Amino acid sequence: MAKSPEQEHPKKAFGWAARDTSGVLSPFKFSRRATGEEDVTFKVLYCGVCHSDLHMTTNDWGMSIYPLVPGHEMVGEVTEVGSKVKKVKVGDKVGVGCVVGACHSCENCTNDLEVYCPDMILTYSTIYHDGTITYGGYSDTMVANERYIIRFPENVSLDASAPLLCAGITVYSPLKYFGFAEVGKHIGVVGLGGLGHLAVKFAKAFGAKVTVISTSISKKEEALEHLGADSFLLSRDQEQVQAAKSTMDGIIDTVSASHPILPLIELLKTNGKLVLLGAPEKPLELPVFPLLMGRKTVAGSATGGLKEIQEMVDFAAKHNITADTELISMEYVNTAMERLAKGDVRYRFVIDIGNTLAATKP
Amino acid sequence: MAKSPEEEHPHKAFGWAARDSSGVLSPFHFSRRENADEDVTIKILYCGVCHSDLHSIKNDWGFTSFPIVPGHEIVGVVTNTGKAVKKFKVGDRVGVGVLVSSCKNCENCQQDSENYCPQMTLTYNSIYHDGTKTYGGYSDTVVVDERYVLRFPDNLPPDAGAPLLCAGVTVYSPMKYYGMTEPGKHLGVAGLGGLGHVAVKFGKAFGLKVTVISSSPKKEDEALNRLGADSFLVSSDPAKMKAAFGTMDYIIDTVSAVHALAPLLGLLKVNGKLVTVGLPEKPLELPIFPLVMGRKLVGGSDFGSVKETQEMLDFCAKHGITADIELIRMENINSAMERLAKSDVRYRFVIDVANSLSQ
Repeated sequence: MAKSPEQEHPKKAFGWAARDTSGVLSPFKFSRRATGEEDVTFKVLYCGVCHSDLHMTTNDWGMSIYPLVPGHEMVGEVTEVGSKVKKVKVGDKVGVGCVVGACHSCENCTNDLEVYCPDMILTYSTIYHDGTITYGGYSDTMVANERYIIRFPENVSLDASAPLLCAGITVYSPLKYFGFAEVGKHIGVVGLGGLGHLAVKFAKAFGAKVTVISTSISKKEEALEHLGADSFLLSRDQEQVQAAKSTMDGIIDTVSASHPILPLIELLKTNGKLVLLGAPEKPLELPVFPLLMGRKTVAGSATGGLKEIQEMVDFAAKHNITADTELISMEYVNTAMERLAKGDVRYRFVIDIGNTLAATKP
Repeated sequence: MAKSPEEEHPHKAFGWAARDSSGVLSPFHFSRRENADEDVTIKILYCGVCHSDLHSIKNDWGFTSFPIVPGHEIVGVVTNTGKAVKKFKVGDRVGVGVLVSSCKNCENCQQDSENYCPQMTLTYNSIYHDGTKTYGGYSDTVVVDERYVLRFPDNLPPDAGAPLLCAGVTVYSPMKYYGMTEPGKHLGVAGLGGLGHVAVKFGKAFGLKVTVISSSPKKEDEALNRLGADSFLVSSDPAKMKAAFGTMDYIIDTVSAVHALAPLLGLLKVNGKLVTVGLPEKPLELPIFPLVMGRKLVGGSDFGSVKETQEMLDFCAKHGITADIELIRMENINSAMERLAKSDVRYRFVIDVANSLSQ
């Protein structure tokens, strides 16, 4: 008979989990595996709340395994390392993002693209190599294979850096891969949320000119004054949209709801690229003529490989890039999820695990 | 009052035109402009029949101005040159493709990408600088600014080489631009028609492994044994398609009808590229999940610039690549169009203009 979550592994662990598709999170006792020779164990200090966590707690994508402990933007301090671990030592500040395992032998894995491995193991709600379910960062400890551990430099603010592990890499990777990360390029960022606000910061750090494209005029001042975007395009305003046609080298689209892409394709210059990061459930309409008549491209991208995540974290440290966060206590998480569903956060909730989780133990 | 097609220019010309969206072509008297300083006058020898010609005569895309003289795969001989012309002399064999002018000032024109100039003038069914309509290669002569004229290599047959001017460059250009040229990589060619068969030939010349993806099982023998493709995939066979999942680095999609992109995206490896060059009448459905989960892209490409067309012609001359054609007489053009609508041609009709276009 399968062991209970509390008994299946030797190390006690505590976190919050969703039990069913209501998505309501509550205290949950479970256990973590012993530190293997290539594993790193760390005490979780902070964990970002990603929109994916919201989707997964309510089983929007049909792949959730309950009880589900979300969280794939976790940072903390190393407490134990396996005998073969070289990357980090006890006391180091580390993080884990969306992926905790892969096959390590396919073309994708050998090219540092573990996230595209067909056997990739997600940080939560997936079956690990040992047959047990993975539990994420809304918890007090984490054990992960060294390959999936990201090192954080000493001088960064850990709570504001946690969202880099998913939101950050999800925008950084396509900015680099699709050639948007260059001085003088004009990049559009659609949607100003957890991903969008970081896309603006990274694109500015790369020297690009940035236009935020949004349906909410209320975000204009933020975009221009606080985030440093060069301009703001209200996508409902036909005149503004007309005037901006054929002006952008690339567009990063962080909006996950279904929306028409023709207006975005028209904003692109010849050879321009539209990169979608959010995946709506239904197919979108692809107008072929505008694509052909401008040699334009529509592409997708999903987080990034571990090597790139480390590169991004180091880049962010060097350029003082962190997420704009609202730090919350563990018990606030259900309210946070409700607010997140309405986009009511500037721009990422981060759970203060280190200071507030233990108090919720029954 | 606007002058008639016969009177608007000083030089008499004769061709075949469609008068309405029935698409039926018939003899048509018109005229060509005076040969300006940068122009060359060309006596047309051959003209390829492109699927775009069929779309245009039927007004499938909604922007045809009748009467329309189609034809943008033109091969001929120079009979006159303006005094500023440097590239050509009388007697040279030349080609004209899909465009005959552009603004010459914009970023695209300055970077040898006139085919993306927002003000480019197409070889037919466009308005030229002088306000008159352009008429294409189903005719005896054409006058073109030398910048848009191609040098046709001597060792390329003018009839089998004519389709290169549109079909050829339309696959060559994106294959180069999107990097589909690394030897050993795996290219899928969707659709085996005028464009597809040339894409197979280019793919092999670039050293790629080539799989033809087609809905017609009867094209397999041709694809493998005559065109040299390495394998053939019947797109309507779900088991075979599934087995080929995630095996291709790139796909050139030449299918001009509305069709599903999802199965093609599934064939691509991670980071794979699907480039579509067909122009269906309606938008296609694009599933986003496969793009995001595999960092895949869907790109478009129109035809090619003058520079690319010239590079492609020279490449073909070097590698002995021509189109597989069926030579027809002008008076058979309407039945050719009917057969083209049913894809009943292997793989391009070419009109023997000089020998069959008589007044």
